[in-house]
Amino acid sequence: MGQIVKKATAGTMESSDAYIEISPGEEGEGLDIQLESVVYHQFGQAIRKVAEEVLQEFSIERAKVRIVDRGALDCVLRARMETAIRRGIEEE
Amino acid sequence: MRRSMLFLPGNTPNMIIHGDSLGADAIILDLEDAVAPDEKDAARILVRNALQYQDFGRCETIVRINGLDTSEWQLDLQTLCPLQPDFIMPPKVGSAEDILKIDHYLSQLETQLHLPPNAVGLIALLETALGIENAFAIASASSRVKALFLGGEDLTADLHCQRTAKGEEIRYARSRLVCAARAAGIDAYDTPFTDVNDDEGIWEDAQFARSLGFTGKAAISPRHVKAINQVFSPSEKEIAYAYEIMEVIQAAKEQGRGAVSLRGKMIDAPIVERAKQTIAMAQALQEIGGSNYV
Amino acid sequence: MSKVVASLQEAIRLCGLKDGMSISFHHHLRNGDYVLNMVMDEVSKLGIGELTINASSLFDVHLPLITHIQNRTVTKLCTDYVSAGIGRWISQGILQEPVEFRTHGGRPSDMLLGRTPVDIAFLAVPTSDTMGNCTGKVGKSACGSLGYAFPDAMCAKKVVVITDNLVDYPLQNWSIPETYVDYVVPVEAIGNPAGIVSGTTQITRDPVGLVMADLAAQVIRYSGLLKDGFSFQTGAGGASLAAAKFLKEIMVKEKIQGSFGLGGITGYLVEMLQAGCFQTLLDVQCFDLKAVESLRTNPRHQEISSIHYASPTAKSAVVDNLDVVILGATEIDVDFNVNVHTDSSGYLMGGSGGHSDTAAGAKLAMVIAPIVRARMPIVTDHVMCVSTPGRDIDVLVTEKGIAINPAQKQLKQRLSDAGLPVMDIAQLKQMAEKVTGIPRKVPRGDRVVANVIYRDGSLLDRVYNIP
Repeated sequence: MGQIVKKATAGTMESSDAYIEISPGEEGEGLDIQLESVVYHQFGQAIRKVAEEVLQEFSIERAKVRIVDRGALDCVLRARMETAIRRGIEEE
Repeated sequence: MRRSMLFLPGNTPNMIIHGDSLGADAIILDLEDAVAPDEKDAARILVRNALQYQDFGRCETIVRINGLDTSEWQLDLQTLCPLQPDFIMPPKVGSAEDILKIDHYLSQLETQLHLPPNAVGLIALLETALGIENAFAIASASSRVKALFLGGEDLTADLHCQRTAKGEEIRYARSRLVCAARAAGIDAYDTPFTDVNDDEGIWEDAQFARSLGFTGKAAISPRHVKAINQVFSPSEKEIAYAYEIMEVIQAAKEQGRGAVSLRGKMIDAPIVERAKQTIAMAQALQEIGGSNYV
Repeated sequence: MSKVVASLQEAIRLCGLKDGMSISFHHHLRNGDYVLNMVMDEVSKLGIGELTINASSLFDVHLPLITHIQNRTVTKLCTDYVSAGIGRWISQGILQEPVEFRTHGGRPSDMLLGRTPVDIAFLAVPTSDTMGNCTGKVGKSACGSLGYAFPDAMCAKKVVVITDNLVDYPLQNWSIPETYVDYVVPVEAIGNPAGIVSGTTQITRDPVGLVMADLAAQVIRYSGLLKDGFSFQTGAGGASLAAAKFLKEIMVKEKIQGSFGLGGITGYLVEMLQAGCFQTLLDVQCFDLKAVESLRTNPRHQEISSIHYASPTAKSAVVDNLDVVILGATEIDVDFNVNVHTDSSGYLMGGSGGHSDTAAGAKLAMVIAPIVRARMPIVTDHVMCVSTPGRDIDVLVTEKGIAINPAQKQLKQRLSDAGLPVMDIAQLKQMAEKVTGIPRKVPRGDRVVANVIYRDGSLLDRVYNIP
C-alpha cells in the first residue's frame, strides 16, 4: 500500500489547470476528497472518479485531498494528481 | 512538412492542450528552459499525459529534454520515449560525443521498451560556440540525428555579444549550421525571432533564414507562426517551375535522352530532387486546404 | 437663471420622488460609477421604497444596490446587462419580480413608446453648465460618448444632471441640451476615472484567441462584403480587438475604403479611422482613453444616441446599415441561438447589450468563441438562455474551424472556395466533447428570475433561479 507521508501540492490555479493539495489524513480514515470546481455541476463526478483512479494506481487508501479545479481536462487532472502523490509519498 | 515549430512551456496546460490549434506544423513541448527547476517532475508528467491522451492531429510533437549536464535528461527520456513523440530535442549539444551519449542511452531504452532500434529520432539543438564549430560532426554522429536546430539566444551569450533583431551576430552560425546539416544530408531549422510584438521583423527574419537554406524556423510566440508558414511554403511560381521540370524529365525519359535542359539551363539530379520536394510540399499544403492558419 | 441645486437630496425632493416610482441611470461610467450608489443612498435615507431601477447596465461597483433590494427600497430592475457579482444575487432569487432584460436598442425603443415610463432620470455627466447643457467629452471623469443617456433625458418626467465639472453657461460642445434638464447637481466626484475607461484596451495575448481572430478576419475578407463602403462593429474583447487589427492590415494592404465603424469604440477602431479604413466612427460608447480623445478632437468621430444606434422603432438606425459585426458568446447551440446572459452554470453574468440589435441588423453577424472554455464545450444542443435568436447569427468562428448557418448557402460556398475550414456546427460540438467529456445538465430552479425581452418588445426567453 502506498503511503502519503507528507503534505504536498501540485498544479496551479490557472485556467485549464487544477491545483492539488494532498496530506496523510487521519488514522483509521479512508480517502477524503474535497472538490472545488468551476464546472462542479457538469463534471464534478467525473473529476472525483479520475482522482480516485489515480489514488488507486498508487494503492493509496488513506489521504486527504483537496482539488481546486479550473476546468482541467482529464489528462491534466491525472498529471496533477500523480505529481502531488509522487511528491507526497517521497520520504524526506 | 515542418515549416514552423512552436515552443510551448511544458508545465502550462492551457498552452499544451491547444497545441494543435495554433497553426504550427510542429510543437516543441519544452521541459528545459520554460520550466522552473522545482516543477521538472510536474512538467514531465503533464507532457507525458498530453502525448498519451491528446490528439494533436497533423501537428508533429517534439520534446525538448533537459541538458546532459543535469540529472533530469535520462528521466525525461524514460518517461517520454514510450509515448513516441516525433522527435526528441536535446539542448546545448556541443560535440559528437554528446550525441553518442544520448544514442547509447536511447539504444538501451529502445531494447527495454521493445521499440525498433533507432526508433527515437533527434533534432540537435546547437546553441554554444563549441556546438556550432562541431556542427558537421554532430550532424553525422548518428543516424538518429535528423536535423540541426540553431538556438540564437544562448549562442549570443556564449559569444559575448548582443542578440539583435537584425541578427548580424549570428549570420556566421546560421550559415555554418545550414552547411553542416546539408553536408550530412539532414534538415536545418532556424532560431526563433524573439521580439513578440514586432509583426514586421518576423517576416524579414524568416525570409532571410529561408534564403540561407533553412528548412523551417522555430517560434516562441504563436503570433509568428503564420509568417513562418507563409515564408517557408513554396510560392506558386516555384510550384509551377517544379512541375515544368518534372514534365521535361518525363519527356526526356520517354525519348531516351540523357542530358536534359529547360530554357537553356541544365537539369541535373539535385534540381530534380528539389522539384520533387516542392511538389510534395505543395500537395501536402493542398491537403490542408492551402491554409496557413488552421 | 440657474438650475443648480445644492445637494442631491434637494434635487430628489424637488423632483417629487415617491414610493413605487421608476428612476433611471446610464452606464457610461461603467465600473467606476459613483452616481447610482450616491443617489440610492440619499433615496434610502429619505425612506422612499418599492422603486424600479431602469439602468442601461449594472456593474459590480453597484453591489450596494443589493442592500437596497433587501430593504425593499428597490423592488424591480430593468437593465441590458449585469456583471457577475450582481448577476449571482439575481440568480439566487433576491428579487420577487423578475428582472427585465432588454437590448441596447430595445431599451430606448420601449422608453420612447411609453412601455417603460421613467419618473426621474439621474444622469452622471463629466461636464455640465449651470443650465444642464452637458457632455462626456471633457472633464476629469471624461467618458466620451453619452449615447445611452439620451433616451433617459428625452423620456423621463424629471431629469437631474449630476456633474463634477460645472462650467459657465453656455457649454459650447454639448451632447445633451438643456431643453431636457430640470436640475443640475454639482458633486465632488461622479466616478473613479480608473474604472470609467481603460487606459488602453489590449488585443489578446491568448494564442487561441489570435488564431480565432485571424480566421475571423479571413471570413470577413472572403465574405464578399469587404469592399469600398464597408461598415463594421466589434466588441472590446481581446479576440475581437485582434480581429479588428488583422482586418485593418487587410484593408490597408488592399486599399479598401470603408464607410463607418460603429458601436462601443476602442483605440483599435480609432486606428482604423486614422489609417483611412473608415470615413467616420459612430460612437455610442467609448471603451478607452484613445477613443475619448478621438471623439473630442476628430470631427469624423461622431457621438450617436442609443436610439440612433439600434432602436428597432426609430425611423431608421445605424445597425440596419451595418455590414459585419463580431460578437461573443458563452454558449451557442446547434441552431445558432446564442447565450450571453448566463454562464455555463446558469448564473446571470451578462446580457444582450447590443448583441441581438447588431445581429439583427448586420449582413454578417459573426460569433467568435473557442470550442472549449474551461472544459465547457461552447456548442450545446440547447443554450440555457436565448439572448439572440439563431436566425440572426450567420457564422461561428472557432480555433478549430468555422460553422455557417445553413440558411447562408452562398456564404458557405464562398468561404469553402477560399479554402477556409468550413464545418458543420454539430462537428464542432463533437470535437469539443471528445476532449471534455459530455457535461451533465446543471440543476435549475423553477422560479423565473429574469425575462429576456427581445428588441421588438416580445418575450424571448426566461432565466430561472439557481437553487
